[in-house]
Amino acid sequence: MSRATATDLVYLVAIVGFILALKGLSSPKRARLGNLVGAAGMLVAVAWTFSLPQVYSHTRNLLLIIVAIVIGAVIGVPAARLVKMTAMPQMVAIFNGVGGGAAALVSLTEFISVPGKSLAIYKICEILFGVLVGSVSLAGSTIAFAKLQELMTGRPITYPAQQPINAAIGLAIVALLVVTVVTASTTVLVIVLVLSLALGAIFVLPIGGADTPVLISLLNAFTGLAVAASGFTLDSTLLIVAGTLVGASGTLLTRMMSQAMGRSLANILFSAFGSVVTATGEGPDASGRSVRAGTADDIGVLLAYARKVAIVPGYGLAVAQAQHTARELADALSARGVEVYYAIHPVAGRMPGHMNVLLAEANVPYDQLEEMDDANQDMATTDVALVVGANDTVNPAAKNTPGSPIYGMPIIHADQATNIVFLKRSMRPGFAGIDNELLYDPKTTMLFGDAKDSLSKLVSAVKAA
Amino acid sequence: MIASTGPGLMTFITVFVLAAFVGYEVVSKVPSILHTPLMSGSNAIHGIILVGTMIVLGQAHGTAQLTLGFLAVVLATLNVVGGFVVTDRMLHMFRAKPTDRKAPAADAGASSGSGAKPDGGNAGGSGAAS
Repeated sequence: MSRATATDLVYLVAIVGFILALKGLSSPKRARLGNLVGAAGMLVAVAWTFSLPQVYSHTRNLLLIIVAIVIGAVIGVPAARLVKMTAMPQMVAIFNGVGGGAAALVSLTEFISVPGKSLAIYKICEILFGVLVGSVSLAGSTIAFAKLQELMTGRPITYPAQQPINAAIGLAIVALLVVTVVTASTTVLVIVLVLSLALGAIFVLPIGGADTPVLISLLNAFTGLAVAASGFTLDSTLLIVAGTLVGASGTLLTRMMSQAMGRSLANILFSAFGSVVTATGEGPDASGRSVRAGTADDIGVLLAYARKVAIVPGYGLAVAQAQHTARELADALSARGVEVYYAIHPVAGRMPGHMNVLLAEANVPYDQLEEMDDANQDMATTDVALVVGANDTVNPAAKNTPGSPIYGMPIIHADQATNIVFLKRSMRPGFAGIDNELLYDPKTTMLFGDAKDSLSKLVSAVKAA
Repeated sequence: MIASTGPGLMTFITVFVLAAFVGYEVVSKVPSILHTPLMSGSNAIHGIILVGTMIVLGQAHGTAQLTLGFLAVVLATLNVVGGFVVTDRMLHMFRAKPTDRKAPAADAGASSGSGAKPDGGNAGGSGAAS
């Protein structure tokens, strides 16, 4: 068997591993195994690549490869292991961005390594696609990271003549792409790269923090396509298949995520959601409505003598690292015979499924976790809905106020419970930047403060009641 | 042009189209609780660009190519290791069963890094008390 055939076979094994990984990640039972199969496929492919003459024939280059991999691993492993669970979304964003950057660099390097105009036109097109999409993904993911890490504001950023400026940059890129194809000029390609980075950034700036997860998923698909383009450039079936798998599955996943938020992808990407509505959400007290603030003791009694309590967790719970305290409260209530369940909105937290991950970390029993549809059926017979650091996911404006930016988004019907308790830091609106009627509902009691503190106070109050 | 300049091009396009269908079909039914891990897992898979960066750096000559290639390998490695480790940590959270609550809690605290340690210990403690 020739080395080329052996290489193809080994890479085929890796490809099968990636497909099984995606398949496994689609079911709760086999998800972890799926990820390990994917990692094994990756390991096999990378290890075999060291046996290729292109990689080992120049000793200096081989050493550089090894040093680079060690540097990447030394930075990447601790970063991924030490990051808090709440910071996972931005970690996914940045790891996605660097992948896009790598794909763009592969295309760029391949371009400058071929002298003059000896590249076929379709090769130049593949390279341009890799550079363009990879750079957009890198810049976009970096901005998304900065927004989620709160290095910059999570609000949509708009500026005068935004659309014309974006269109001008887009047109400039298209023009330069044509120029590159005709002249095969490296300088022009570098300009394309810089403009693509700018395009990625301005594409993401107007997208609000709440929508960033959908955006990351989309950029993930972009990186997949950039990798596939690099595969075409390098004549590598492995890169084409793996990149395309991610491109296709990522596109579908992006659609599923935006569906879970009840909005179209186009609406998320181009509507600069929240920038206008923030104005109406600024002064909730100016309208003269009052809210009822309760004490932990009062609410503790309310909970302790309830028959059925729904805990509705949101990002505030995640930020305060309060998932363990929430479970303590649930345990204390269960010990008194109160039926407790968690009502999980699909996009609670900052990413779909984020809340399940956090609650699983606190070892909350599976049977207490209820998906939104089940939870909503139980809500009418629930005595107390305890909303912990959630806001937009229980906002009745989603079903009552046509014209509200979240109108049509499926919500947890906390308003149907007999009593509603909000644990919130302040009256500030949630991620979407819009006011929540439910806070002023006569059935609602507020307990202001950090979610974790408030929950610990409630645990003591319930035990004392 | 295709036949003369790129004998493999049509094959690659075929592979591309088929892979697109496979990618689409294979994740057609994902429960929402797995959206985040799936995104992270597929993020790790496109780290396969590492193989491409290795080949490019292996053949690079001249400062410009070596620098760009080196940077590319570092970035791709970050993508691979970061992607798989983050995904594994997320999925680790799903493993604990309510019936054997105490043991996995201690396990999670020990293996998911120092960031999660204090909380993991706390969960183990309260699990034992209830």
